[in-house]
Amino acid sequence: MSDLASTIAPPQPVAADRLKFYGLWIAVIVALLVMPKLFSSGGSLTTFSLIGISIIFALSYNILLGQTGMLSFGHAVYYGLGGFLAIHAINIVARNKLAIPLPLIPLIGGLTGLLFAALLGWVSTKRSGTAFAMISLGLAELVASSALILRTFFGGEAGVSANRTKVYRLFDWSFGPQIQIYYLVAAWTLLAIIAMYALTRTPLGRMCNAVRDNPERVQFVGYDPHMIRYLAFCFSGFFAGIAGALAAINFEIANSAYLGAVQSGTVLFATYIGGIGFFIGPIVGAIFVTLLSLGLSDLTPVWQLYFGLIFIAVVVFAPGGITGLLMMHRPLIRGGTLAQVLPSYAIAFVPTLAMVVGLMMVIETVVHYSVSHGNSPNIRAFGISFNAASPVTWALAAALILGGFYLARISWARVALAWDDALTQARGKGIAA
Amino acid sequence: MSQVSKSIAIELRGIEKSFGVTSVIRNVALSVAQGERHALIGPNGAGKSTLFNLISGYMKPTLGEVRLRDEVISGLPPYQINRRGLSRSFQVTNVFANMSVWENLRCAVLWSTGQRYAFWKNIDNLPEVRERTAKILVDINLTARRDVPAGLLTYAEQRALEIGITIAGGADVILLDEPTAGMSHAETERAVTLIRRLTEGRTLLIVEHDMSVVFGLADRISVLVYGQIIASGTPEEIRGDPKVREAYLGEEVV
Repeated sequence: MSDLASTIAPPQPVAADRLKFYGLWIAVIVALLVMPKLFSSGGSLTTFSLIGISIIFALSYNILLGQTGMLSFGHAVYYGLGGFLAIHAINIVARNKLAIPLPLIPLIGGLTGLLFAALLGWVSTKRSGTAFAMISLGLAELVASSALILRTFFGGEAGVSANRTKVYRLFDWSFGPQIQIYYLVAAWTLLAIIAMYALTRTPLGRMCNAVRDNPERVQFVGYDPHMIRYLAFCFSGFFAGIAGALAAINFEIANSAYLGAVQSGTVLFATYIGGIGFFIGPIVGAIFVTLLSLGLSDLTPVWQLYFGLIFIAVVVFAPGGITGLLMMHRPLIRGGTLAQVLPSYAIAFVPTLAMVVGLMMVIETVVHYSVSHGNSPNIRAFGISFNAASPVTWALAAALILGGFYLARISWARVALAWDDALTQARGKGIAA
Repeated sequence: MSQVSKSIAIELRGIEKSFGVTSVIRNVALSVAQGERHALIGPNGAGKSTLFNLISGYMKPTLGEVRLRDEVISGLPPYQINRRGLSRSFQVTNVFANMSVWENLRCAVLWSTGQRYAFWKNIDNLPEVRERTAKILVDINLTARRDVPAGLLTYAEQRALEIGITIAGGADVILLDEPTAGMSHAETERAVTLIRRLTEGRTLLIVEHDMSVVFGLADRISVLVYGQIIASGTPEEIRGDPKVREAYLGEEVV
């Protein structure tokens, strides 16, 4: 390397950086190995497996949304088809006693996702923006409705099931117990994360960002934006297929819900809530959304309503997602001025929480009267009992919402002021925002 | 006519462009010799940018053909034309706003170093790409702004980056669309020095409104008025052409 590149180009990582980088991955591996020891119940192992699947799926979605700037409403197509092919593969392998062990089945799912992305993607990736979004929606509806019509392949309403323990065994792993499935999912999740991270560091990965920023200009530096979008779409389909296959292995069934609009919507929510601007965003989002949907569904019958409200709140108040919110604080942490904003956060938290509690009371009361009307007015939501018919409840809810809203406005304005101060001081110390 | 002996870099033959019934470019013929600095001038709305769009593949001519060296390029998509060694800049700054200056230039270097759509190479381990990107960064004097997102640069810096992206791929035919528009006098001077240096030994076709820039930089000038080229020649010939004076220049250049 010449003097010019070594002095002008961004510095290559030194030994300490590399150590930090590989140390992080090793920490992740250790965490994956230790987790089942700390939380060994079947329920938590299932939760971990679902989170892993969701992470792969959300990261694959972000290859499109965050990295290439393509909004898809039908990503579940590749997830679902990967799942169905995996189930059929398990059945075929078991029936013919083929020497293919279960850990390789997700690869079949991935190749299925890749194949269908390669087939369906060529036309849809000609355009980005609205045209791409509409085509993805149309294709998703097409495939989802075929799933109910083509019964021999998709199994109709009931779906197709398989017995994962009947597959050729390697090292005597039956994959019956959930702990073995956990390790299978964890290994694939790790591989998929590494592969998708590496993809962002390649010429193609960088040109994906360029297409996201300015597809017009890309054409004038020698690249065909259509080809870049198409390749990104194929990669995205491949990893979605792996996620779908793992889900099929986990549940030992694939049905039309795998391909449906709800599945496509969930992955969009998870990715966006986590934050599309950072590689780690979809991982955070997948963990958050999986835990939230499992947790909320135990606490309230209208958990999807809360889910939607959270999504709206993120879109309006934190378009960078959870990761974006956290990353905002980086200059303050480096400048050592984070402590200045924390008190204002604490103050703003109280009225905001009051407002949220008030809203939840109203929602639960309304739900009680519209869904389970005629039962006892004493209801239990989020583990708290209260009387939905009592005027005290209504008055309290109204007071919480109105008072909370009023005070929250004032206190968040103060947060903004404290922020400006802290950021100015951090900049004064030479920290770039 | 000493130009005859030189080989021709760009040639336009009978180019017409109409949008519906509106004819924007009418029967334009133009040829730019290899290594020549050729300026395209004309009043607002004459069709200069449209002509650039037709040459660079952004639009297809209704009639006629564009040749790059001896090959017909009209009808090819922009990226194919770019790969054949013709690169253009934009009148309105057209960069990758969320990416750093370094990344902007690196994207512009990638294809010409043969990376294509590689997804198996680590982008930070490509010495040739680093080398070339660093060189362009120095050339456009933005080394101090290497890691700043392009969207946060000053206007003059963005214009310099625009030129950097245009030349980064090593194209030997460069089209610059009003590179100094909106710049102060001092900034314009710096930009002209930059353009002169960076297009050394290459063919340049430039659209420009600033007459001091045009007459200082160009070997030849063509005047476009209402979609037609009314004159083409050396700066002296253009200065003395009564048609040009009447149609466009007025008292300005006397």
